[in-house]
Amino acid sequence: MSGGGFFEVPSDLQNTWWGLVGWQLQLTLVPVLCGLVIALPIALLCRRFGWIYPPVLGVATVFYAIPSLAFFVFLIDWFSESDLTVEIPLTVYTLVVLVPAIVDGMRSVSADTRAAAEAMGFGTLRRYFQVELPIAVPAVFAGLRVATVSSVSLVSVGMLIGNEGALGNLLSDALNYHRPQLAWDAVISIAVIGVLLDALLVLARRLLTPWARKATAK
Amino acid sequence: MGGRCHKPGHLVVGPAEARRALHTVIVIDAVTKRYPDGTTAVDRLTLEIPDGSITVLVGPSGCGKTTTLRMINRMVEPTEGRILLNGQDVREAPVNALRRSMGYVIQHAGLFPHRTVMDNIATVPRLLGWDKHRARERARELMERVGLDASFAKRYPYQLSGGQQQRVGVARALAADPPVLLMDEPFSAVDPIVRKGLQDELLRIQADLGKTVVFVTHDIDEAIKLGDMVAVLREGGRLAQYAPPARLLSAPADEFVEDFLGVDRGIRHLSFFGTEELELTAEPIVTEDATAEQVRAATLAELPYVLVTDAEGRPRGWSDALDRATGTEGELLPYGRAFTVGRDSLRAALDSAVLSPTGWAVAVDEQGRAVGVAAQEAIAAAIRSAHTAGVLR
Repeated sequence: MSGGGFFEVPSDLQNTWWGLVGWQLQLTLVPVLCGLVIALPIALLCRRFGWIYPPVLGVATVFYAIPSLAFFVFLIDWFSESDLTVEIPLTVYTLVVLVPAIVDGMRSVSADTRAAAEAMGFGTLRRYFQVELPIAVPAVFAGLRVATVSSVSLVSVGMLIGNEGALGNLLSDALNYHRPQLAWDAVISIAVIGVLLDALLVLARRLLTPWARKATAK
Repeated sequence: MGGRCHKPGHLVVGPAEARRALHTVIVIDAVTKRYPDGTTAVDRLTLEIPDGSITVLVGPSGCGKTTTLRMINRMVEPTEGRILLNGQDVREAPVNALRRSMGYVIQHAGLFPHRTVMDNIATVPRLLGWDKHRARERARELMERVGLDASFAKRYPYQLSGGQQQRVGVARALAADPPVLLMDEPFSAVDPIVRKGLQDELLRIQADLGKTVVFVTHDIDEAIKLGDMVAVLREGGRLAQYAPPARLLSAPADEFVEDFLGVDRGIRHLSFFGTEELELTAEPIVTEDATAEQVRAATLAELPYVLVTDAEGRPRGWSDALDRATGTEGELLPYGRAFTVGRDSLRAALDSAVLSPTGWAVAVDEQGRAVGVAAQEAIAAAIRSAHTAGVLR
């Protein structure tokens, strides 16, 4: 068990490098997707009842301020050392980015466009779903990019609660076996995953919003 | 909410009542809009908007014109009074159904940035439940009507110029063939040349479709050009005058209206006088290849020039009559701008005379052939007789 290549994972982790990558992706993407699913109705409510937006943001920010490790340890009581223990805090963290991204994106619809929608007989809900949300898509993607990249790196903290950190587990092995190369493996792999996920999100946004190609140039 | 005690049925008075009762007519009945902070946007406004014509609400900013427009489709609810559409209080209809029955065009077009031109235009038909195919078919039709090339169908708003966006805005408003069209300063944000094009286009479309158009602008020239009726509003949302544009120019109700109309009121009023009765002289017109005798015979005592035309009769310029009769062909003097008899107004005729270096206006027919010339005196006589006859175009 000496040396080893980049893709060679110590046997105590009982996993392959690709296995860890898959796990890392799961622990990153499940929270982001759940976050989006939860943020949408919250954002719609904030859009509909403007007064709840500041308190909602306040609560989201307070949750975000809880250190991830503390959050993980706290959840071990309920979910033991499982994926859920990592995924739940990460989901909560995404809200602080995603809720304002959606709400502000919807609010950014120009007064002219909103007036036109109203004058053409769009009801409130129809206006949210057919006009404001589609127009908010670029802003939502900006939020998704921040949430995704931050989740990718936060996943590795999961190693501290009993090897629940996917690629991050390589970091504890690097310490235990005095093999700094494992740390490099972990850091580089996580960074590459982050960059690739970000690029995928940019690509997806471009495909979804052909109408916004030059929106900034206007 | 006031106004419920009004008698129904007696909404429109006058000789046109029978005809109008069949068609859309909007009655703004003693409407007041007061905001919670105490400002009064519209103050006891009463207007009867005739069907099938363009009614312009014009006035300085803060005169409540946009508020008035928005009360018609209930984007703003009046504090007092009521608004009737075909005799029915607009508050009795479901609000979204009401709005879908009225086209709406705003200043910056307010297009949906995430939809193609075609889907923007198809918006209201889709809301009304038309199937996609039919809605798009209709959108294609309207693009043609507003002068947009079919190649624009798949483009997004950011790919269009301001003028093109506004055309899409008009097409979108017309898509479901609503009887009423509400236009809120639709052409204010585009440059003057594009604006003129859009105004002409609107008049052309209106001549075909005969919608009931309520048009808001702060530009009195636009109001006079487009309006069949013009309502001048003053600050605080009070009506200063409601009249056809020619009457507004000839008989402003008070100093406010007079000031608002600005200078050149007399000259602008001439736009409403036709040139059919203008006395033209066809004598001093010769073709390029006219002989010296022909030129001499054509020369008027009071005009030392003759108008030279090409073989088709289109004016080319003025020529010194004496030079031409003696065989020395000097350079032609430009004639400025000709006016078209029948189509153009006395204002254009006068302008043509003023522009012409000889002081005589050149008149052409629809094909652009010179049919006569008119001295400034003849135009002045036509203006005088038009005034006395009160003949309005």
